[in-house]
Amino acid sequence: MKDEDFFWEGIKEDRLLFQKCSDCGTLRQPPGPMCPSCQSLHWAPHAASGRGKVVTWIVSAHPTRRDAPPPRTVVLVDLEEGVSLISNLQGIDPKDVYEGLEVEVFYQDFNGLKLHQFRPVQKGSV
Amino acid sequence: MQNILDKTAIVGIGQTEFSKFSGRSELQLAAEAAKAAIDDAGLKPSDIEGMVTFTLDTNDELALQRCLGIPELRYVARGPFGGAAASATVHLAATAVASGAAKAVLIYRAFNERSGKRFGQPMVDQSGYGGFGSGPDFHVTFGLDTPAKIYALWYAHYMHRYGVTSEDLGRYSVVARANAATNPRAWFYQKPITLEDHQNSRWIVEPVLRLLDCCQESDGGVAIVVTSLDRARDLKQPPVRVAAATQSHQIGGNIMWDYYRGAKVQYREAQSTARQMFASAGITKDDIDVALIYENFTPIILMALEAHGFCGPGEAKDFIKDGHIALNGSIPVNTHGGLIGEAYIHGVNNILEGVRQIRGTAANQVKDARHVLVSASRSSMILGRA
Repeated sequence: MKDEDFFWEGIKEDRLLFQKCSDCGTLRQPPGPMCPSCQSLHWAPHAASGRGKVVTWIVSAHPTRRDAPPPRTVVLVDLEEGVSLISNLQGIDPKDVYEGLEVEVFYQDFNGLKLHQFRPVQKGSV
Repeated sequence: MQNILDKTAIVGIGQTEFSKFSGRSELQLAAEAAKAAIDDAGLKPSDIEGMVTFTLDTNDELALQRCLGIPELRYVARGPFGGAAASATVHLAATAVASGAAKAVLIYRAFNERSGKRFGQPMVDQSGYGGFGSGPDFHVTFGLDTPAKIYALWYAHYMHRYGVTSEDLGRYSVVARANAATNPRAWFYQKPITLEDHQNSRWIVEPVLRLLDCCQESDGGVAIVVTSLDRARDLKQPPVRVAAATQSHQIGGNIMWDYYRGAKVQYREAQSTARQMFASAGITKDDIDVALIYENFTPIILMALEAHGFCGPGEAKDFIKDGHIALNGSIPVNTHGGLIGEAYIHGVNNILEGVRQIRGTAANQVKDARHVLVSASRSSMILGRA
């Protein structure tokens, strides 16, 4: 049992879940057993919109995963709910990425392992 | 803040040679360095009552105790994780001495980090998906699988924010290698580089880190003996006082994957350790004669210079360009060559250089050095004369 198990269960169902404290309502990421704001042990999964902004990014040119073609852009995304998440950014040349770029989540299967990925917000998408 | 640590002193330092292939066990490196440090102090192994290293060190305290013939240890402690704990070793040892828990404490750090387990290599793909046991991981799975990539993600944020270029970083590497070139202990002794060499070195993480922005991978061992200032006055070497030592770990932080608490453009832990130490030692940054700064990669030098107030936020690139950190500058940095130029003994070799600067025995001696900063950003100390 790991504190983060619920997150990966959510990803399997195309849902981006974060722990929301049942007592004070604070969202937290990365997962943990106790609310850093009020020390409550009670929480429920909260589905995030999947929209956010790029904070910082690098190009990972030497991947060790067998099923990921190099290179991958690794991004830190600040989600609109106020939590941050590491992911990969697709659909844009890394040279065109900038701080504040609006992105949205999508889900991709890598040889049977589904992962959250991000792409620039499409025009007209909700 | 009441300062009791300044009644303690570093009285002995020892090391092996720094290499890429030591040809002997990590425990032997620890034992050789420890024996050299105890001899340097003019003490006997039986005088050692405590031991301190990193949680990451593979050498068991009791195995080293047996090598050295120490009858009993009464105090054993480890600083958290890796290089961030480099200066915490002295904090822990000095605290033990000041409290009376141990009369003399041996600090050691020894590894075959080049010929054995290399930290710079990608974390092992055990599951086919990530590095840590079964299933995905929040970081490794997405490509953050080497220290260069893990740290580059937040260094990139700093660089974007302040318009820091690869050349700006390279100017530090040139200084580090110039200092190493005249330090016979350094792996890169007599091997200086130019900015052009830096710019021609290959990308490790584009567009943040080139090869010559990365610390070395090294084999070697270092050791330090800490005891009370009173006792130090009767020992072989001029005592080097622990003028201040502290640590900082702030809520939401993470030693490597430090992405979850907003902007990473300033190093809050380094700012805190600086504030704490200047207050407890009763000095300011203007009193620091030499700054020895843990640098896994070049950008941390810039962030640390700003965190200590040697220059303002975003000004470090110009501060370096203007020559301030060179040997003849206003605040010489990493006079031994640092982890890029001398060796990567996880930052503890920086403490040995600090001791030599205060003793007046450094290869690149800064004239009349009275206060030396030895910062590993999350742990830090100021060394001074007795």
